[in-house]
Amino acid sequence: MSETNTAAGYLDMDLLRFTTAGSVDDGKSTLIGRLLYDSKAIFEDQLEAVEKSSKSRGDENVNLALLTDGLRSEREQGITIDVAYRYFATPKRKFIIADTPGHIQYTRNMVTGASTANLAILLVDARKGVIEQTCRHAFIANLLRIQHVVVCVNKMDLVDWDEATYNAIVEDFKKFASRLDNIVEVTFIPASALLGDNIVNKSKHMPWYQGPALLYHLETVYIGADENHIDARLPIQWVIRPHSDKWHDFRGFAGRIAGGVFKPGDPVKVLPSGFESTIKSIQTMDGELEEAFAPMSVALTLNDEIDVSRGDMLVKLNNSPEPTQEIEAMICWFSSDKKLAGRGKFIMRHTEKEVKALVKEVRYKVNINTLHKIEDDLVFSHNDIGRISLHASAPLMADSYSRNRITGSFILIDEQTNETVAAGMIL
Amino acid sequence: MHQDYTITHLKQLESEAIYILRETAAQFEKPVLLFSGGKDSIVMAHLARKAFYPSRLPFPLMHVDTGHNFIETMEYRDRYVADLGAELVVASVQDAIDAGKVTEETGPNASRNGLQTVALLEGLEAGQYDAALGGGRRDEEKARAKERFFSHRDSLGQWDPKNQRPELWNIFNGRKQHGEHFRVFPLSNWTEMDIWQYIKLENIELPSLYFSHVRPCFERNGVIMAVTDFIELLPEESATVKDMRVRFRTIGDATCTGAALSDAADLDAIIGEVAAARQTERGTRADDKRSETAMEDRKKEGYF
Ligand SMILES: Nc1nc2c(ncn2[C@@H]2O[C@H](COP(=O)(O)OP(=O)(O)O)[C@@H](O)[C@H]2O)c(=O)[nH]1
Repeated sequence: MSETNTAAGYLDMDLLRFTTAGSVDDGKSTLIGRLLYDSKAIFEDQLEAVEKSSKSRGDENVNLALLTDGLRSEREQGITIDVAYRYFATPKRKFIIADTPGHIQYTRNMVTGASTANLAILLVDARKGVIEQTCRHAFIANLLRIQHVVVCVNKMDLVDWDEATYNAIVEDFKKFASRLDNIVEVTFIPASALLGDNIVNKSKHMPWYQGPALLYHLETVYIGADENHIDARLPIQWVIRPHSDKWHDFRGFAGRIAGGVFKPGDPVKVLPSGFESTIKSIQTMDGELEEAFAPMSVALTLNDEIDVSRGDMLVKLNNSPEPTQEIEAMICWFSSDKKLAGRGKFIMRHTEKEVKALVKEVRYKVNINTLHKIEDDLVFSHNDIGRISLHASAPLMADSYSRNRITGSFILIDEQTNETVAAGMIL
Repeated sequence: MHQDYTITHLKQLESEAIYILRETAAQFEKPVLLFSGGKDSIVMAHLARKAFYPSRLPFPLMHVDTGHNFIETMEYRDRYVADLGAELVVASVQDAIDAGKVTEETGPNASRNGLQTVALLEGLEAGQYDAALGGGRRDEEKARAKERFFSHRDSLGQWDPKNQRPELWNIFNGRKQHGEHFRVFPLSNWTEMDIWQYIKLENIELPSLYFSHVRPCFERNGVIMAVTDFIELLPEESATVKDMRVRFRTIGDATCTGAALSDAADLDAIIGEVAAARQTERGTRADDKRSETAMEDRKKEGYF
């Protein structure tokens, strides 16, 4: 029995969320299938179902890629068209994979999957090297502030496991990636997803490669510094008021900590009102805590009776964002029905706050293949990325996205259809 | 200074689920928590208790009752709800049948599972609930891998895989037109193993059906079924009835929930079994075997 089976081993694991990107046929589904298969996350009945559909499609071998293929309509078209989430665990970590397709028209899916990821695996076909899509995926990973990137040079079996080919690809990517400043760490791994080389087990075909196999890297990459533990932020979700005899005056300000560390006794401020108090206690059903930090869900009580409601934010006295109604941001346009031309009115959700927003100006769009600014076509349609300025109807407690992914992000919602039309990252 | 601000994966999943539960209470006018008495809904109710502690739950529980329940489930349900001090709403399939809204399947494979959808939608409408919290997990079935935390349903309760909203960061868009509603799945990112480990970590009591016990069973299409008042045995099946040592991996309608031969009598034994398992939980559910996309089809009709 492995350690996963024992409570002690399992209770000690942490969590890594990652996303995968590659262009069609680079081997993404095979790679994920291989990870799930070799880590025993695949069950017999699933394998049976896949064997059946492989046969009915006329595939010779069991197609591991089918394991990660979702809905029927997509299966019929033979493509994946949305974000699918996959799970597996080893004795060290639990993994959540946001599996996103790599076609150009699906930028929004990669943006969605990347928004919660700690790490991105970019697949490169060893025969093709770094292509336009690779750069696009790296750009999106950087834009969404994924701090760890793995460039997996796949199909090494088809280039005779050649070191020079691999090195050339590494150099190519490094040249390009030097411009991407949010990415803290890039790791290169030569692999064959089909044959399993350097995915779970180290390859015997590439003795020249000194690094770890992919899974070992995923298990050990250090992500403890990914969250912002400096700027204390608690967006208030809900106010707990029991109205019972035992908890007569109890008022708990509940939410999920978005950054920093809170302790009883800390002087805090409520935004946007500016009222000050100190933390009395950090309440949970399991008792009071001595400290709380991101991403914990907690309820704080304060030593003074001040007015706090959903949408407000608790911060430390000496470290607070300046509430503002004027926002500069990068956005990715999601809607396939509606476009954004110049100005537009939307509903905006930022942390737990919902306000009206007026997009005042489109500053530029980005050609995500060349990374050049586009200034002559300023209409946002499906999958476009660019910079806007907007005015919010009420003050937002915003940080820049590069400091905090939670307090620095927002979505825009269409007032008529309620569709989420754009995702934004505050500059 | 604290050297390393990290929390375990179970604590991360807990925190995420509590966030979703609070978000549901805040964004909707009248949410309801679907409580089947199965382990996932028990874990969800436990998390809801944590989310609003020391208050009571700000929403009622709803049991979609097929009328074909294991006695153990009902006993557990009533005790648990009383403990929570929560309000329980029952959406009854029997009532829907009596009112002539649905017709019951007949024959030995008759199941009320399909009718659950009707009772659920009726129950939601009668109570004017605009969000139903469900214990669904994405690892259960392929069609669920793309399910959202906030799953939008049209006014007929139907799910359109093409018309789901993207979910980024911590931001959930629960806005809707009049008559539309949402299904919300706080346990989306949990696996079966996570659920069991969490039950152990939190010391959560479960219905006895989950643990190994001896009861009269028979086999149908390769699935072990418990003998109950609700199942009509074929003559050749009657001959095969015998006492078996079994437990249930999921708890649903007694007519279509298969049992598994097992000696696992406590949580540690179950966890060992789950770790070594070669079949998903749904593999023991007769209703999913009908076709590979069975789940997807039922989702479109409004099943969870
Ligand atoms: N020779 C070789 N073929 C591979 C490798 N990885 C994937 N393939 C094949 O490439 C094709 C596309 O793979 P798939 O995983 O479906 O690509 P996706 O479109 O990126 O998901 C399939 O025929 C795979 O068997 C590899 O490492 N070596």
